[in-house]
Amino acid sequence: MKVMRAVNTKQCAPIIYALLQLIIFYAGLNAVKGVWPLPHALTSSVEQYPLNPQTFAFDYGKHSATQQGCSLLDAAFRRYFLLIFPDYTAENGQLEVAANNSFSLYISTDHNDCENYPNDDSSERYNLSVSAGQASLNAATVWGILRGLETFSQLVYQDDLGSYFVNETFIEDFPRFQFRGVLLDTSRHYLPVHAILKTLDAMSYSKFNVFHWHIVDDPSFPYQSRSFPELSKKGAFHPATHIYTQSDVRRVISYARMRGIRVLPEFDSPGHTGSWGKGQSHLLTPCYKGGAPSGTFGPVNPALQSTYQFMASFFKEVTSVFPDSYIHLGGDEVDFSCWRSNPHVRAFMQKMGFGGDFPKLEAFYIENIVNITSANNKTSIVWQDVFDYHERRSALSVVEVWKHGCYLCKVRQVTKAGLRVILASPWYLDLPGPTHNWARYYTVWPLAFPGSEKQKRLVIGGEVCMWGEYVDATNLFPKLWPRASAAAERLWSDEKQTSSVEKAFPRLEDFRCKLLRRGIQAGPLNVGHCKHEYQSV
Amino acid sequence: MVFYLREEMKFAEYLHTAEACQHLRSGGQAQNGVRDSVGMSRSPWSCTVTVGLISGCKAPPPRSTVNQRSAVGSRDSPASMRALSVSALLLLALNSCRGTQDNLLDEDVIEPVVQASKYGSLWPLPQKVQISEVPLKLSGATFEFTDAKGSTAGPSCSLLQSAYRRYYDYIFGGPKKQKMSRNRRAGPLELTELQVSITSPDSQCDGYPSVTSDESYELSVDVPVAVLKAPTVWGALHGLETFSQLVYEDDYGAKTINSTKVSDFPRFAHRGILLDSSRHFLPIKVLLANLETMAMNKFNVFHWHIVDDQSFPYLSRTFPQLSQQGAYHPYSHVYTPSDVKMVIEFARLRGIRVIPEFDTPGHTQSWGKGQMDLLTPCFSGATPSGSFGPVNPILNTTYDFMSRFFKEVSDVFPDGYVHLGGDEVDFTCWKSNPDIKKFMDRQGFGQDYSKLESFYIQKLLDIVTTTKKGYIIWQEVFDNGVKLKPDTLIHVWKGNQEQYQNEMAKITSAGYQTLLSSPWYLNRISYGQDWQSTYKADPQDFKGTEEQKKLVIGGEACLWGEYVDATNLTPRLWPRASAVAERLWSAKDVTDINDAYNRLSAHRCRMVERGIPAEPLFSSFCRHEYKGI
Repeated sequence: MKVMRAVNTKQCAPIIYALLQLIIFYAGLNAVKGVWPLPHALTSSVEQYPLNPQTFAFDYGKHSATQQGCSLLDAAFRRYFLLIFPDYTAENGQLEVAANNSFSLYISTDHNDCENYPNDDSSERYNLSVSAGQASLNAATVWGILRGLETFSQLVYQDDLGSYFVNETFIEDFPRFQFRGVLLDTSRHYLPVHAILKTLDAMSYSKFNVFHWHIVDDPSFPYQSRSFPELSKKGAFHPATHIYTQSDVRRVISYARMRGIRVLPEFDSPGHTGSWGKGQSHLLTPCYKGGAPSGTFGPVNPALQSTYQFMASFFKEVTSVFPDSYIHLGGDEVDFSCWRSNPHVRAFMQKMGFGGDFPKLEAFYIENIVNITSANNKTSIVWQDVFDYHERRSALSVVEVWKHGCYLCKVRQVTKAGLRVILASPWYLDLPGPTHNWARYYTVWPLAFPGSEKQKRLVIGGEVCMWGEYVDATNLFPKLWPRASAAAERLWSDEKQTSSVEKAFPRLEDFRCKLLRRGIQAGPLNVGHCKHEYQSV
Repeated sequence: MVFYLREEMKFAEYLHTAEACQHLRSGGQAQNGVRDSVGMSRSPWSCTVTVGLISGCKAPPPRSTVNQRSAVGSRDSPASMRALSVSALLLLALNSCRGTQDNLLDEDVIEPVVQASKYGSLWPLPQKVQISEVPLKLSGATFEFTDAKGSTAGPSCSLLQSAYRRYYDYIFGGPKKQKMSRNRRAGPLELTELQVSITSPDSQCDGYPSVTSDESYELSVDVPVAVLKAPTVWGALHGLETFSQLVYEDDYGAKTINSTKVSDFPRFAHRGILLDSSRHFLPIKVLLANLETMAMNKFNVFHWHIVDDQSFPYLSRTFPQLSQQGAYHPYSHVYTPSDVKMVIEFARLRGIRVIPEFDTPGHTQSWGKGQMDLLTPCFSGATPSGSFGPVNPILNTTYDFMSRFFKEVSDVFPDGYVHLGGDEVDFTCWKSNPDIKKFMDRQGFGQDYSKLESFYIQKLLDIVTTTKKGYIIWQEVFDNGVKLKPDTLIHVWKGNQEQYQNEMAKITSAGYQTLLSSPWYLNRISYGQDWQSTYKADPQDFKGTEEQKKLVIGGEACLWGEYVDATNLTPRLWPRASAVAERLWSAKDVTDINDAYNRLSAHRCRMVERGIPAEPLFSSFCRHEYKGI
């Protein structure tokens, strides 16, 4: 009966089609290998070229704007050499240049943006052609080259004897969405820096390009601030071992940059700030009970001038520490009961003419914070709650839609108001589900809402969220991968070519084994095996 | 503070009615004042945990059981055939267009109050424990485990000696340092020695643990020496674990233990973990790490579901073709005889029995690849279809094979029991086969294929009886009325609470011993603190006499392998299986969820510190986070 109801829904037509295909697929085909996420245009032949680690070389094209000495690419070559030839060890012998049977991968870029940070308008487009003895990889920017190197590394395979091959291939590729993020929550559980770095590695394998660092929240404040060191001293789980020092943060940012990943920090306020209050007195609103302070605290106190002074210098620091042009200001789930209980807050509202309308107070607060960050030349992202209560929406720029239910209705509404959207609702990966429900994250259609072309263009991307209530370094990787990769393909690839779960399945299975080979603890999708199983506990 | 559940329920409804775009939480957001920093307190139990209970809620917590399998449906969801995985995909696809999934919200999950337990980090809780306020110091330089005079297991008992080394490492975090000076006088409140005394004439040091092993022990911690007394080495091993759990670090980082008296024994004799190495191959390293963790939780049975439809990784000396053809890979994905030996010895050194399961007549697809004519050829009309069903029960060659095979199994695995499976036999292939039809007529079975199944099982039981092993079988064999030896162990895995309780009552009233697994299928996961429902299930909660209750010898936590391999096995199993461990070890009235939460949080941090990636129960931190990535 449930099935009937579902089938009657219009939305399900593609699924029925998919079902048919699925039956056909299982009837006859074997697993096909390929690239994940799927490139926009890929043609390949059965023509096979051997690759020999002894004679393989990366090189810069003659007309390339970047040349040797671009440390970002030089480091990428070293990384990808080991990813392309996973069995290679130095003992195998010295590299010989230009011997017989040599193969060169020529890189060429239009711009020399080697020293820059990736940004919201960075081009990631690349062309890759693989033919006898050589391949050429062309892109406007180094970011495109990084994506192309990843693709090339996935095209190389080994036969049963361990020899490496690549087939004749031509690829034109570019991302469907500019913003493809992964959120990690380092407040509910502290994630050691190497867990973050390893996540950045895995992200680059799936062509994610934004690390959304939900760095602080109610439970703990691990960010060690230069201007306000008390915040982490009092607010972290432990002031010495469970913090991110400035050099940790720099390391994360630079590691991400090397992989073409932006680091988007989130300092969520006025709610979700329990841990801030420990190291910054008078920042949070004292809650009242029966005319007297109850000893507990609520959201940030929006009625005090000192709050805005603090926020101005705090965000001045944050915007100088994090180079990305975006900053996430949070703004979600603000509880009004504490504000309501506080007589000073109520008096302030009278003065401002807000009456009893607390959303107005919240809007007032957020607007002040947005102004602070735009004074520092940053674009603000806020959770959808802010859009929902904000009357003057022109002050906003990017809204992240996270609530479940009809999230596309919300996307439509936000784009109609002329604001940009990042979609997170369908990609809450901390929610239950073993890896076999990866299809839930794949069969998401971010633009399937009625609206103009202009509205569609305002959807700048999407994000996978791994909230930390039940997640720490012990279980992060198998929870995140390869399920996040399903979302990655939705955000990178052409929707028409990737609408079928059953076509994607063998490619994803193969990709998952590649992740294992690269040391990423990606969970299994179904029964089966990888040639090289995960070799740790 | 206890706002979570209601909101969760609201959210779950909200997901399903799809009345989108409202606030998830109308106003239950906890702000300050609820975060108890246990770890910073002066309590002697502060050694490991601090839990922030401030819940963030951008992670909407629906407790919808999106992909839970029906407990009644299948023992381990044999996604063996492509067709089944197809239907799984289909279900997923349908789910994705409308939230039609059922929503089981029958569990009351409480939000525990975070504070140190007066029992510190002890897990599972001993039967009797008295902890005094008197702190004693331990120093890695002076502390020793010694064999008491008169102990029946001395320095020649390598099982104990290697346990001493293990626990020394766990307590002091590294190999024994050079003794500072033999003459250094220990302080008045310094504990320098744990004397271990094995009291029964046969220490069982060189034996294997069994279902009748005495696992009791008594521990007395006092200056100048602590004493651990146990009738056998098996009790001593548990006592060493308890001793190590009593040690904590004071505010200056000094190893400390309070003067304590413990008298302890298990409530149930059979406390097991099932791992499935057929759906995914589990590298030896993973098996060993989990045996190690089992010992930390006082589990004593490793139920090795070693082969199944998907693959046959057991390398048989008698029939090497079985793994040559039936494993995922004949060299890299097999357990050689020396691997198996290593697992058994590693387990023995930790007081753990290894019970292998060779499941027949169903769940045997992988057997057929290396053993001709073992499986039933299925027919489509009058001709063989090319596919195969369960073991062919009508051929004499089948029984010849089984005799030789189980002879080998009984030699390789020393335990007194072998698990014979016997679950989920699909009759359609038998029905299609004309030879089987004829055989049924000849035997007078009519159309009753469960009689044919019984015929097979009975012959198999006779074979195994000749190897002098006891046997465990899944409940279907009992349900189908197969004649069983009186000492057969019947393993209950099906049904919801009411159903499994009825089954337990039925089995025990027929006079059989039984094991429970139904509520402990840990491969099923859901959002939130599902350890609580695991913890609440009690194997003796069913209608029956005292005599019947005594026939319940324990239970097993099962981690079936469809979606589990080396990448996610350990965090999925621990600390959720620890909840089962306490239920099976501690007294029946140990049911305080709050106290359990606090001890378990500390216990999980201890496992993390010992290198085991045990996942968190909730927002919190461990002093030493997991470093193994």
